[in-house]
Amino acid sequence: MSPATDLTMIYVPRDAASISVGADEVAKRIEEEAAKRGITIKVVRNGSRGAMWLEPLVEVSTANGRVGYGPVEPGDVDALFDCGFLEGGEHSLSVGIVDKHAWFAKQSRLTFARVGIVDPLSVSDYEAHGGFLALRKALAMDPEGIVDEVASSGLRGRGGAGFPAGIKWRTVLQTSATQKYICCNADEGDSGTFADRILMEGDPFTLIEGMTIAGLAVGATQGLIYIRSEYPHAIAAMQSAILLANEFKILGDDVLGSGRSFEIEVRVGAGSYVCGEETAMLESLEGKRGVVRAKPPLPAIEGLFGKPTVVNNVMTLASVPWIINNGAAAYHDFGTGRSRGTQVFQLAGNIARGGILELAFGVSLRELVDGFGEGTRTGLAVKTVQVGGPLGSYLPTSAFDISMDYESLLAIGGMLGHGGVVVFDETVNMAKQARFAMAFCAEESCGKCTPCRIGAIRGVETIDKIVAGERRRENLELLLDLCEVMTDGSLCAMGGLTPLPVKSALDNFPADFGIEVLVGGVRDATA
Amino acid sequence: MSTTWPVVVAEDIRDSITHFAHIDGSVLRALQTVQTKFGYVPDDALNMVADICNVSRAEVYGVFTYYSDFRSTPPAPNIVKICVAEACQANGSDALVDAIRNEMGLDVHAKSRSGDVEAAPVFCLGNCALGPSAVVNNQILGRVTVAKIRAALGGVQ
Repeated sequence: MSPATDLTMIYVPRDAASISVGADEVAKRIEEEAAKRGITIKVVRNGSRGAMWLEPLVEVSTANGRVGYGPVEPGDVDALFDCGFLEGGEHSLSVGIVDKHAWFAKQSRLTFARVGIVDPLSVSDYEAHGGFLALRKALAMDPEGIVDEVASSGLRGRGGAGFPAGIKWRTVLQTSATQKYICCNADEGDSGTFADRILMEGDPFTLIEGMTIAGLAVGATQGLIYIRSEYPHAIAAMQSAILLANEFKILGDDVLGSGRSFEIEVRVGAGSYVCGEETAMLESLEGKRGVVRAKPPLPAIEGLFGKPTVVNNVMTLASVPWIINNGAAAYHDFGTGRSRGTQVFQLAGNIARGGILELAFGVSLRELVDGFGEGTRTGLAVKTVQVGGPLGSYLPTSAFDISMDYESLLAIGGMLGHGGVVVFDETVNMAKQARFAMAFCAEESCGKCTPCRIGAIRGVETIDKIVAGERRRENLELLLDLCEVMTDGSLCAMGGLTPLPVKSALDNFPADFGIEVLVGGVRDATA
Repeated sequence: MSTTWPVVVAEDIRDSITHFAHIDGSVLRALQTVQTKFGYVPDDALNMVADICNVSRAEVYGVFTYYSDFRSTPPAPNIVKICVAEACQANGSDALVDAIRNEMGLDVHAKSRSGDVEAAPVFCLGNCALGPSAVVNNQILGRVTVAKIRAALGGVQ
């Protein structure tokens, strides 16, 4: 952790969220104040620990562990020095030993083990925390062995689809092409999700390690990371980490002295939500319009430039080093049913204690929102929670005891998606949210298939008519019919899942649409 | 724009493509290069990209119009982007957009009266636990208020 000197180490996060609430100014003030007082310190700009409600969280390394203070404003820095925070002194912003704080201690941080702990751009710090052990191990394994390990861990695609990663890898491994690709999907466009960003900004080498292992497993020598343009800090962190990895011969034509080759390149998106869909992302990577492709052929057979391609989300690939290091069985021990391992939940929206919660599958929604989150930030009652991004369902509080895993959410007409949980208080109007879901689909549709391209616009118009009380019964029937057409007739999840937020809003909160009850059809409160 | 720009851009575009020549994807990259350099993509640049990438102008135009990042007109000197996606809605982004209009006279999707500030909506900045969020001239802001946006603009109206 700290070098073999007596230098006091101060940690101030450098990720975009912490910067958005003043971390840069806080770091600057700490250095100024230390200089003014003639104290020598070392300020490390770490990643975020993920407790966004504590950001900027300033940590000081002490003999007992890292002591935290947060949220710190630049104006607090003077008082922190006065109270002896360099020795872990008490202050009204104290959170104690950060690792022992219940919010962190109750988590199972596997994928996020190093995030917030290490200096994101220090190879030696990464290695001091177990970095590249998995890669070294993988270099000694045969490709089938790596794929078997990933397959038996039960790891499923964390981007939202939940497809078993091992099966995808095996498909690519079994193709005979000489050129294959590893494409990392970092187009994290779902509102309420930020795990990919926090990991890329806080521990980029884990992603590099995971992608390199994937390359060894399937016989690919080229990796690409597609990062959305709204993430400039993540883009910069990944690019810097890749340069370092090349310099330290971790990437390149002689991976850790093995003679094996793997290269990674960052590609930047240009403002298109649908490019988070894997085939649209491949089109975009090829420099074209990000229009969805029909499947089959699967990207694993014909992906980027028609070559076999592993397309995995950041979280999927970043989970691989832990699995290789600790074994498939250890990972499989976490979770429930067919949802194995941990899920990085992101608690967002109107929430008192929002942030990153890495927990075994099976935790209840109530534990996330009321337990970790401590309810809404406004202090009003929770009305609904949208799970799984803009294409996920709006769940009522009566569903809060649900187990958070792929199958349980599917069973109640929802989906886990990328693990985003957006909390709304009682002031939210659900007809407005349903309208937004359709409007968002209309805005972001790639335009390839009709149900999505035209259906979304008709959806907005129809919801407007329902809310205005215009032929409400007929228009409700029309909306439900439209939802069915979009669900069954769309080429990808954009049009296919937009009905989820719309219908769940309608089913769970009919009063917001001016409707009394919904039984097998519709009954108009005003009729 | 300076009359010498096409030459400079052509070099930049060629550089950006040759650097990644072993993996294609050049049209999008070329357009990004132009926009990074100039803040927008001048109409002439579409022909140039087509020429360099050896594809039709129609193909380049298709890519250019598909992605919302690209613009055909020069941006205002100051840009304010307000997140209007669900997590920020839950934290009052609608009220923020109203306040920006009422208190700053700035409409999302429009330039200010002086033309010095331009506001636009954005779907998610990945700062969803600290919303509402905004970006003012590349500076990301969480728990945004009109006062914070004003401060970040440094007095520009």
